[in-house]
Amino acid sequence: MDARNPETRPDERRGLPKWLFSIYLPAIFKGLYSTFLHLVKAKGHKTFTVRYPEERVTTRKGYRGEHRLKVDELGREKCVACFMCQTVCPAACIRIVAEEAPWPDRDKRPKIFEIDMLRCIYCGMCEEVCPCDAIELTQKFNVVSTTRAEKIYTKEKLLSNYWVLHK
Amino acid sequence: MRLAYRERQGIVTEVIVETFRTLAIFGALMTAVPLLVLAERRISAGIQNRLGPNRVGPQGLLQPLADVVKLLFKEEIVPEKADKVLYRMGPLLAFAPAAFAFAAIPVGKDLQIADMSIGVLFVVTVTSLSVYGVSFGGWASNNKFSLLGGLRSGAQIISYESAMGLALISIIMSSGSVGLSTIVEAQKDILHWNVFWQPLAFVIFVTAAFAENNRLPFDLPECESELVGGYHTEYSSMKFAMYFLGEYLAMVVMSALIVTLFLGGWNPGFPLPDGILWTVVSVLAFSTKMALVLFVYIWVRWTLPRFRYDQLMRLGWKGLIPLAMANIVLTGAITALRN
Repeated sequence: MDARNPETRPDERRGLPKWLFSIYLPAIFKGLYSTFLHLVKAKGHKTFTVRYPEERVTTRKGYRGEHRLKVDELGREKCVACFMCQTVCPAACIRIVAEEAPWPDRDKRPKIFEIDMLRCIYCGMCEEVCPCDAIELTQKFNVVSTTRAEKIYTKEKLLSNYWVLHK
Repeated sequence: MRLAYRERQGIVTEVIVETFRTLAIFGALMTAVPLLVLAERRISAGIQNRLGPNRVGPQGLLQPLADVVKLLFKEEIVPEKADKVLYRMGPLLAFAPAAFAFAAIPVGKDLQIADMSIGVLFVVTVTSLSVYGVSFGGWASNNKFSLLGGLRSGAQIISYESAMGLALISIIMSSGSVGLSTIVEAQKDILHWNVFWQPLAFVIFVTAAFAENNRLPFDLPECESELVGGYHTEYSSMKFAMYFLGEYLAMVVMSALIVTLFLGGWNPGFPLPDGILWTVVSVLAFSTKMALVLFVYIWVRWTLPRFRYDQLMRLGWKGLIPLAMANIVLTGAITALRN
């Protein structure tokens, strides 16, 4: 849009003398009015700051946070160590070592199931690809560790995350 | 020459009173600066729909103190290739003139550090010295961005100082005096405030004042986005704090000057009778007006984008200076006709 062309000039400029705009002042006052509305929170403006320790941000449905390994109704992990997630993982952060399952309904179970959370990109592909619905991404995102070793999540840690709210 | 006991006593009393008066005014000025920094942060936050610092002390009042402690404990870095003498002088030169200029400003009825008959000239001269601090800092840092910032500051002050001076001439013409206290007394009630009689000079002066304080929309010497901080890029710790302090002090002084010249100074809008109580009222009126002007300073900063360098020069030389000259002619003509 060319502001100098009377045909395409914005409506607010139509019919007004040109010098009014070259002295900047009308535009400045308009801008000042606009920022003042923000300052006094008029016309639907509101503060977006979250006062952290007192207030927390809420995550939306489908947010991809920290992983959890699910357990079935007998309390056994659902994972059958099929290596689908390890194969699909674009960040190569999952390490699985399988062992013979002691239960009759499946052949294998994971002996080691580790996720390197420093490598993980939280893409959720492990969850999508899992045939047994055993791995899921939770809403948990505010995690703190003081060492790198802590960031490599073991099977036990991931199973304990089962009790963290999903969705 | 031997003085009588009473006369000697009189001189001693006067010295004590003067010292306290100076300390009180200077103390108030130095208290205003941290408050202004906090106000800037809170108001900018409000305009950007944020909250700003509100945790240290009630409503964040102790935040500037915390900042100072942090700055004091930071490491001081002097660039190896810097011009050491000028590098150390820069922050001082940016800070001192602003504090110095406040001496001539009448902050209340009969309350002024020095009532000079050439008050206007003194304030304008001294405040324009602070550009040396900025230019020296830019030059001495031996950094191309800093140098550009210092250079811009010099060019800016030359362009806008002249517009400011010309706007002042019309004020001097209409009030018939160069003394700040006389100018204030001439604006004894709200109908005589210069802002209503010299609106054009007011607009020019305020614009030039923004440029002289390196405030947005004229903050080209600093220019975070293109010069990474400009003249104070290489400064750290308390030297940086001195630049910061000087900048805000210059803002306070300039707003005090705007109030004095255009908004009736310490006059609350009606003629004041004598008495200590009315002096307090006049000081309150002065500080309220100054706070309002400072609010506008901050408000404008968080509203307007920065001028481009050539636009800045065009506005100064082709816009403000001819306008100010026309205003002088207009003032002269009206004064001649009224006589």
